[in-house]
Amino acid sequence: MFRQAKWDEPLIFELSKPGRVGFTLPEPVEDIEVQIPEDLMRKSLELPEVSEPEVVKHYIRLAEMNYGVDSGIYPLGSCTMKYNPKINEEFANHPKVAFIHPYQDPRTVQGALQIMWELEQWLKEITGMDRFTLQPAAGANGEFTGVMIIRAYHLDRGEAQRNEIIVPDSAHGTNPASAAMAGFKVIEIPSNEQGMVDLEALENAVSERTAGIMLTNPNTLGIFEEDILEIAKIVHKAGGLLYYDGANLNGILGKIRPGDMGFDVVHINLHKTFSTPHGGGGPGAGPVGVKKHLVDYLPVPLVEFDGEKYYLNYDLPKSIGKVKEFYGNFAVLVRALTYLKIMGRDGLREVAEIAVLNANYLTQKLKGTRGYELPHKELRKHEVVFSAEPMRKEMGIKALDVAKRLLDFGLHAPTIYFPLIVHEALMIEPTETVSKEELDAYVEALKRISEEAYTNPEIVKSAPHNTAVRRVDDVLATKKPIITWRMYKEFKRKGEVDY
Amino acid sequence: MGKHYIPNSAHKEEMLGEIGFKSIEDLFSDVPKGFVKEFNLPEGKSEYEVFLEMNEILNKNKTVLEMPTFLGAGAYFHYVPAHVKHLIERSEFITSYTPYQAEISQGMLQALFEYQSLIGELVGLEIVNASMYDWGTALGEAARMAARVKKKNKFVVPKHIHPERNMVLKTFVEGADIEIEYVKWNEKGQVDLEELKEKAKNAAGVYVELPNFFGIIEEQIKEIGEIAHENDALFVVGVDPTILGIIEAPGSLGADIVVGEASFLGSALNFGGPRAGIFATKNERALIRQMPGRIIGMTRDTEGKRAFVMTLQTREQHIRRAKATSNICSNEALVAVAAAIHLASLGPKGLEKLGEIILKNTAYFKKRLSEVAEISFDAINFKDVPATFEIPYPIIHERLLERGIHGGFYLKPYFPELGETALLAVTETTRREWIEALVKNVREIINEAEL
Ligand SMILES: Cc1ncc(COP(=O)(O)O)c(C=O)c1O
Repeated sequence: MFRQAKWDEPLIFELSKPGRVGFTLPEPVEDIEVQIPEDLMRKSLELPEVSEPEVVKHYIRLAEMNYGVDSGIYPLGSCTMKYNPKINEEFANHPKVAFIHPYQDPRTVQGALQIMWELEQWLKEITGMDRFTLQPAAGANGEFTGVMIIRAYHLDRGEAQRNEIIVPDSAHGTNPASAAMAGFKVIEIPSNEQGMVDLEALENAVSERTAGIMLTNPNTLGIFEEDILEIAKIVHKAGGLLYYDGANLNGILGKIRPGDMGFDVVHINLHKTFSTPHGGGGPGAGPVGVKKHLVDYLPVPLVEFDGEKYYLNYDLPKSIGKVKEFYGNFAVLVRALTYLKIMGRDGLREVAEIAVLNANYLTQKLKGTRGYELPHKELRKHEVVFSAEPMRKEMGIKALDVAKRLLDFGLHAPTIYFPLIVHEALMIEPTETVSKEELDAYVEALKRISEEAYTNPEIVKSAPHNTAVRRVDDVLATKKPIITWRMYKEFKRKGEVDY
Repeated sequence: MGKHYIPNSAHKEEMLGEIGFKSIEDLFSDVPKGFVKEFNLPEGKSEYEVFLEMNEILNKNKTVLEMPTFLGAGAYFHYVPAHVKHLIERSEFITSYTPYQAEISQGMLQALFEYQSLIGELVGLEIVNASMYDWGTALGEAARMAARVKKKNKFVVPKHIHPERNMVLKTFVEGADIEIEYVKWNEKGQVDLEELKEKAKNAAGVYVELPNFFGIIEEQIKEIGEIAHENDALFVVGVDPTILGIIEAPGSLGADIVVGEASFLGSALNFGGPRAGIFATKNERALIRQMPGRIIGMTRDTEGKRAFVMTLQTREQHIRRAKATSNICSNEALVAVAAAIHLASLGPKGLEKLGEIILKNTAYFKKRLSEVAEISFDAINFKDVPATFEIPYPIIHERLLERGIHGGFYLKPYFPELGETALLAVTETTRREWIEALVKNVREIINEAEL
């Protein structure tokens, strides 16, 4: 299990010693004097002065205090923290990727355009969509793209009154936030006791104002929306469109396609399903696919192939425009295509099957453990959401405490307090890339925490004990925000902080 | 294929048996029958076969290392120190995610706090977030934020805003009923103050770029800020951070919000992505509350030890949902960390020197370019130089390419009033021989065309 280093590592600013340099620059091609107007000249600049070996040691020590997928199981629900194949990195860092400029003549970047075109073909077949844009930088950027497309579609048809987007209460926060950003009113509908969309509530919510519904399937409880065909019928009949949040595509990959279930727009997270690394928060990529009737509204440019050469097509008069500069996070696209080529049809199906097997294995092994309960139906897809509500009621131990105690065992915590409809939620997504032993160890750790909760609750409440720092005071962080070195220095000068 | 990533492929029966299922299909009994299908996709391949295939595809690219390239226009060839690339490929960084569990993510949290701090020093503002997707989306968020803070719906930008960024901005404000007004440029290729004074009336925000899209340093940036403030508008400055070793911090020039492109430090060109948007603002409650994106703060642990954590989260989508300040969730953390490592390695003198080298190289380039073209404006340029040619620029582009040189970015499709003008750029990576070769070949091409 992961053993986190405990360095008392200063800030890079605190390592600064006047005169040290960390990099040597080339000389100018000619030493020409250029006069910058006096009032625009830089007066002072406080950056650290450190040498290259110090920079390297500093960041290595920081790395040693960080947990990644390569450190151990990372079952953050909804995030699909699967193993990131190293071959992907080799190509993402390839000089033929690193050293090409986005405005190069298309004849000089045929390889790059081919990668984008090929990736689009894979994504089309995997999702059952007719065309894709690879431009969005992440899932939420993809959602915004998708709802803007829905907006453009209705406006184009003279249906400006369609200004409502329906979102189930189990939805990820980005869904309502993206819809609101596009100018929609968000209508939230409740889930039923099975954890699925309540059809009656949906019937009542749709009207001539409905622009569409945003759905995640399998949903954020890890449950497959069995009534999906009925849902599609209700929404389409009302004149609305179906948006598929592809965050959970890993649960059905290579088996069934959103396009066949009635979805009109989808986004995919390449940093989840297609193995590109999460980078400590990003970069990811959130390609958006649409059915034929929405192709005209996709962002520009699209990548085309005329049988001989690849080119960028800006000629889309009804396009929503751009949602991100250039063509998206290209180096991420390179990784995803590398992965797809290795996996192939059978590999992708295997991904979903084992991801689902692992999640259900964990569900069954953990089920019945004192303090945790399993709301909603039992059969899950790629993830499961337990509730620590009994533990909280009986012993005052919250999901947060369970999460922190897991860290003591060198294991990453699940996602907690999401989805919002489960109290004290522990949302566990093992992915297909963990072994049976890792699953067993995780279940063991959760069982041990349950035992501790009822015998020695203090040790859980005061966790973590073994990490680089003890439980972090986030209330203080909000009460006294220190966001940058310059703020910190000011507090320090006034003697208001002693850390 | 790809089973080497999936350990439990070898234990299906055993695991199914242990939990009382007969087959994998039982796990999918909730999926509508009839919809499960065989996909029309290629079979998987070995890593070696894919290695060959990807290399073959990529070898069709011609890089800026293989032909002198004078493209800039919002993406620049800078050299990134090797150690930066090594450090961000450390698997604890690259394979981690958003630091939801602070205690086990102190490394990433501190690295991001340092990024915020370094950018804070550069731009002269105290509040910096942990990155937006890129400069363009950061600008879109800034316009929306200005409208929320000022409760007005007009955002004023220069007509010579980067066209790519302008398109992103327009999409971002579309659903918020914000109207974009454009201010023309003057004879120096800079914002026309007289027109700005008119258009800034009732504006929520006024935006200017440093340097601007023509590569020109807006010399009246302070006056632009004053006009914004006289009209009770937020002053938003977009920066290329590589200029900030020689140009005053925008925060000291009156900026309320600074946006920009962090990936100009620490990242390769990568065909335009990933990038990372800088987003910074003043330390004022009304502004912080409306800020988009994740923010890392310094605090302490239960034993009083310094620690870092995500903070001020009540602005964000996972809490506020439809009322959030932005929908952003995943950001560009690793790109931000790369920028931070590059910046820390440069230090104050290095960043100043980088700015000077680029300024001098641009001046030399301009001088040489003026032998074969007319430089469009009399001003100070940084990286980009707009130049007008006697013959249609596409001809020059074509002939240069035949000779193994890549010219600049043709402006006519975006600014027809500029005629046969292209934006050509240099940085600290540009070699003297490249400039010689460009000038010599352009001269020959023009002579040939005029014969
Ligand atoms: C269900 C769901 N939808 C959307 C998103 C947003 O994706 P991203 O973080 O890439 O913007 C996430 C991820 O965090 C998610 O889990």
